[in-house]
Amino acid sequence: MSPHLILRVVSKLLIPMIVVFGFYVQFHGDFGPGGGFQAGVIVAAAVILYALIFGMEEARKAIPPVVARIGAATGVLLYAGVGVATLFMNGAGEPLNFLDYDALHPDQGHHTGQHYGILLVELGVLCTVASVMLAIFYAFAGRVPDIRDEDW
Amino acid sequence: MLDILIERFNYIPIIILMMTGLYVIIATGNLVKRLVGLSLFQTSVFLLYITIGKVFGGQPPILVDSGHGEDAGHGAETAAHGAETAAGYGADAAHYAADTAHYAAEAVYSNPLPHVLILTAIVVGVATLAVGLALVVRIRESYGTIEDDALNAADYSLETGSSE
Amino acid sequence: MDMLASLLPAGAAVHAPALIVVVPLIAAAIAALMPRGPWAWGVTLVTAIVVAVLSLVLLGQVSTGGVISYAMGGWPPPWGIELRVDMLNVPLLLLVGIVGLLCVIYALPSVADEIGPRKEALFYSAFLVCFAGLLGVTITGDAFNVFVFLEISSISTYTIIAMGAAKDRRALTASYNYLVLGTIGATFFVIGVGFLYMATGTLNMADMAVILEANGHNRVTQAAFAFIVVGLGLKAAMFPLHVWLPNAYAFAPNFVTAFLASTATKVAFYALIRFVFSVFHPDVSFVSMSFTWLFAVVGVVAMMVASVQAVFQTDARRLLAYSSVAQVGYMMLGLGMGTAAGLSAGLLHLMNHALMKGALFMALGAFALNFGVRRVKDLAGLGQTMPASAMAFTVAGLSLVGVPLTVGFTSKWYLVTAALDRGWWWAVAALMISSLLALAYVARLLAAIWMETPPSHHGEIAKRRLAPWMVLAPMGILAVANVYFFFHADPLVGLARAAADAVMGGQ
Repeated sequence: MSPHLILRVVSKLLIPMIVVFGFYVQFHGDFGPGGGFQAGVIVAAAVILYALIFGMEEARKAIPPVVARIGAATGVLLYAGVGVATLFMNGAGEPLNFLDYDALHPDQGHHTGQHYGILLVELGVLCTVASVMLAIFYAFAGRVPDIRDEDW
Repeated sequence: MLDILIERFNYIPIIILMMTGLYVIIATGNLVKRLVGLSLFQTSVFLLYITIGKVFGGQPPILVDSGHGEDAGHGAETAAHGAETAAGYGADAAHYAADTAHYAAEAVYSNPLPHVLILTAIVVGVATLAVGLALVVRIRESYGTIEDDALNAADYSLETGSSE
Repeated sequence: MDMLASLLPAGAAVHAPALIVVVPLIAAAIAALMPRGPWAWGVTLVTAIVVAVLSLVLLGQVSTGGVISYAMGGWPPPWGIELRVDMLNVPLLLLVGIVGLLCVIYALPSVADEIGPRKEALFYSAFLVCFAGLLGVTITGDAFNVFVFLEISSISTYTIIAMGAAKDRRALTASYNYLVLGTIGATFFVIGVGFLYMATGTLNMADMAVILEANGHNRVTQAAFAFIVVGLGLKAAMFPLHVWLPNAYAFAPNFVTAFLASTATKVAFYALIRFVFSVFHPDVSFVSMSFTWLFAVVGVVAMMVASVQAVFQTDARRLLAYSSVAQVGYMMLGLGMGTAAGLSAGLLHLMNHALMKGALFMALGAFALNFGVRRVKDLAGLGQTMPASAMAFTVAGLSLVGVPLTVGFTSKWYLVTAALDRGWWWAVAALMISSLLALAYVARLLAAIWMETPPSHHGEIAKRRLAPWMVLAPMGILAVANVYFFFHADPLVGLARAAADAVMGGQ
């Protein structure tokens, strides 16, 4: 099981870097192009690369499909949770609306509240997008192929 | 005639893509190819939106210095919206937005709103494609084919066979 | 309503417009985490109850305080996304909320029978996403947001229709065809919204209407109108664009058919009304021309052709699905009259049709649950073996024909009156002929149920079987509502009239 030695070694080096780059894109989304969508896809791509090189069984062992399902739901809950939290955190007395980030850190310039809000929401997006991408990959790649690999 | 076409050159590739996509959807009997056509069709609409957001000479709408005592995000939003409401008074938003954006802010920004909309639409497109391909996989598993004719034949024989 | 509002936690009433969409979305994520189907059903049931209560609260707020505008994220309209509740969409929210609740009660036995146990939790999750999408389309005041919610509901609809594959693999091809056509429809709609955005520079529907009125119309807005009508017409199964509907309804799980038949096309039809009447004004020449030459004509043709097609179907659910296409024709005709009376008659028929079709599809689901029948001739003798469900089916079927003492008669009466006001004798004739055709196809079903003897296996006649109470109760409520609202027509007629006045400016 070592015909792909170079691939395995190189991908072992690459996968952590891909994940780190994914988080860079995630957190750089505050200052420039980037954000949860792109970062989620990049993080999922790291796992998909792992599955391509080491096989589906190994990938399933590393990240079971149920984790993808839980992650997708958690991301949505995090996003919506921020919205619901803003409903109950009307600090200054006047009622704030759904997803009004100012509630998270009320100050005059309403700068930090927006900052926290977008950070949390983007984390939810990262979580859901990465999980959904992975779930889609598992769903398609996990099927029993009609033609065996040897018969190609 | 030629002038009109040159002035609106961005629509030409969009229309070609759109018609290609629609033609593929109608003409092919292969379910996967039909999804390819569908994606092409959707992509043409993404392009339509992206091109109407372009302002000639406009910068990317990122506010570098957060002056005016206002939050950076808010400033960019209001400037962009100023450009975009003012753009309302004509068929071709881009040209007008270029002029009016001068008054809204010193710098000329491209309109970011269509990009945001299309980001959403792209996600919708991805979801549709994923569901469509998943359906094709299931169809292949239970019918053994993904050609329209063969599927219809299988359904027809099932229907006539069971109603006797 | 005030009593209901006081039961809610403080502040929930203020945030009701946002919560009515957000609660099903959150619940969808929670349902997906549930390890077992019945737990996920519990989450769904609680959500449906909350949504029904919130829709009643919103009705109370709108009828006393007027239009509610809710700015998402605190960004005021027209910059941010606005949720807007007025007299036009509050009936739709009520319809989706209450019929949705009844369908969810019905779901537990039906889904347990038709969906594999491992998929149940995800099935309910997808259903909740669809539910949230439909409510979102109804409540949003932002044109692009309509597209997003429309696709949220449609994509989840494709998946839950395809779940019917456990019983009949044709659900897969039906769902695939719906996916292709539905996506084309949504893309057409989004092209139309793009043109409107080019012409007005705003996405807020109320703002759009103001700018369009100030600037007048040109070819861009005309193209936008055409694209939007075709796109939403596809989603609402407007006659020549209905080909996806019969198979999708025939092969989906019974619960899904009952829910979609009474809500999904209605919501798309609402969106059409919203665009045609609120964003574009009915006085604009090309809009008023489209009433007479597009909606009325298409409606009449749908009433005829789809009813004739229904008469010749062998599959009971496909028969009713064709009948749904014909009923959409009635609503189109009401819209096409272009008068407040016509529109309110169309909206009344929309609500009544949800009551009838909900009960009819639930009864067919009950038959399928107990005896596994789906073709018309297999219904033989069900009047003896399942009398309660057969009674509910009969009442709703007669209502579909428009027999007096049922709501079907009420809405057809209003449609005929509105057509006579307009001087459209041909429309009245078409209504009569279509009702006769409806009698023909409903009579086929009823004759099989009541007049034929139950099939016998090895000389032994099938035993009488009672459907579970969770199936009987919602079905019975809908069937009784079909009669009740004939005698107490005021609430529904009042809602429909207020809705029509809200968009027509009280003409």
